Amino acid sequence: MQSFNRNDTVLYNLRSLYEQYGYKRFKMSKFEEYDLYLEYKNFLQTENIITFTDLNGKLYAMKPDITLSIAKNAKPEEQQKLYYKENVYRASRTTKEYKEITQLGVEYIGSIDAYTMGEAVYLAAKSLSLISPEYVLDISHMGFVSGLFEAAGIEGSRLEKLLGFLGQKDTHEILYCCEQYGIEKEIAEKIASLSEVYGSFESVLPKIKKIVMNDKMASAVSELEQLYAVLSALGVGEHINLDFSIINDMSYYNGVIYLGYVKDVPCSVLSGGRYDKLLEKLGKNCQAIGFAVYMDLLELYDKSDREYDVDVLLVYNETASPVEVSRKAAEYIAEGKSVKVLSSIPEILKYKELVEISQKGEQ
Amino acid sequence: MDYINIALPKGRLGEKVYEMFEKIGYGCPAIREKDRRLIFENEENKVRYFWSKPSDVAIYVERGAADIGVVGKDILLEYEPDIYELADMNLGKCRMCVAAKKGFRDNPEKTLKVATKFVNIARSHYAGKGRDIEICKLNGSIEIAPILNMTDVIVDIVETGTTLKENDLEVIETIIPISARLIANKASTKFKAEQISQLRRKLQEVIEK
Repeated sequence: MQSFNRNDTVLYNLRSLYEQYGYKRFKMSKFEEYDLYLEYKNFLQTENIITFTDLNGKLYAMKPDITLSIAKNAKPEEQQKLYYKENVYRASRTTKEYKEITQLGVEYIGSIDAYTMGEAVYLAAKSLSLISPEYVLDISHMGFVSGLFEAAGIEGSRLEKLLGFLGQKDTHEILYCCEQYGIEKEIAEKIASLSEVYGSFESVLPKIKKIVMNDKMASAVSELEQLYAVLSALGVGEHINLDFSIINDMSYYNGVIYLGYVKDVPCSVLSGGRYDKLLEKLGKNCQAIGFAVYMDLLELYDKSDREYDVDVLLVYNETASPVEVSRKAAEYIAEGKSVKVLSSIPEILKYKELVEISQKGEQ
Repeated sequence: MDYINIALPKGRLGEKVYEMFEKIGYGCPAIREKDRRLIFENEENKVRYFWSKPSDVAIYVERGAADIGVVGKDILLEYEPDIYELADMNLGKCRMCVAAKKGFRDNPEKTLKVATKFVNIARSHYAGKGRDIEICKLNGSIEIAPILNMTDVIVDIVETGTTLKENDLEVIETIIPISARLIANKASTKFKAEQISQLRRKLQEVIEK
């Protein structure tokens, strides 16, 4: 039997996973008032939004992001576990044109403890495993990174610049900039080491413990340790790496943030993190963590190709009896094969088996 | 073990870089045979090289066709690809400069006309100063633009300054020093972590300081 498009299967498996963990599908409209994005534009990291005026003269946007809409509608008094599958509209950085991107995402809003955090990260790892057995989930902690920069007294445009270099693991440039800014060598080397360390929790944790300079960093380390304990108990520990070069806007994200990679896709296919600060800005007294899977990337880099379009090509001529043709087609389908019934052989079609029916019966 | 795919810029810089890779045990003898092939493999040490246009190296790496590559910082600044920048190769050193006809005086009352290949770099440089400019994108022989009074200045790479001098132009401002960088695809760095970090370590030992 021909399988469905691999992406459809992945989508089905992911949705089943989220449903099994008690997450409810949240269906949204495609539009949102533009004001929302204007106010939180740093959260989106894009300024290119498709806007239009609705019939009452109000400015609307095609959603560039779902999390913001979910956060806006969050009810702080309830714990919410939601998932969504929606299209969002963003400008592609490489081709400089708007693209429709299919996102499948999971959000938890409520109060976050070690269990909920573990669950949110575990679901991300499990999602990747359903896409490909060869996957990596990289984790960073914004509290740790921002703690270090606070201790070093770096802020504003200098911070932005250094975070940019950190994101590119550009150790050389980090050291050079720190020297220019007159930052102590010892601290500069600590910042540079953030871009150097990469690997499993066991190998990286002892190294980053040496960098700790304040309570904020220390509590981030203990949060990561707790998280790792949950993840290894659930059997995904070996796929998790620590990578402090993952950077997200510090004014929205605070705790763990993560990016997921699968083999044969050259960029991250999953991204998520803890964004209590966004809710705070929206005036909601609660915490949140979630992630999104970029389904369009999976399709773009899907290498599995069907060998045949169809198992059986059933060709009949005008002398064949319609009853005979339908009986024959039903037979193949009952065998679990896919059948295409046509009155002539098409020019482009790959089939495994050709069956022709005329009045004299099957040939 | 998977192959490690390396994109090198065609030309003198690429050849120098290849020599460094060869020195640290990533040689590929086939590459020395002068023919028209573009892709070379060495099964023994599992490396695959290919030559590409220098400005395209970053694209091959960003899209994962190459795991690593060597490219000028000018290209990285201009196209801002989403990659890791793993080392400064300390090769191909030059400067990104603003140059003009000798004796040029900038009149801040007027929009400055700028000819360049590096639109993004020029734009962000002048945006940082709050200067209003008009960009004229050219693809080569930028020096002609101010000579023919088409633009006031050019933003371009200056290595020795000979071309400028021979055309009666001079550097009026250095924007940023440029050199070749080792870059890596983000996802490859996860799946070939050990291979790539080993290569980087060995390479750092032969980079001239």
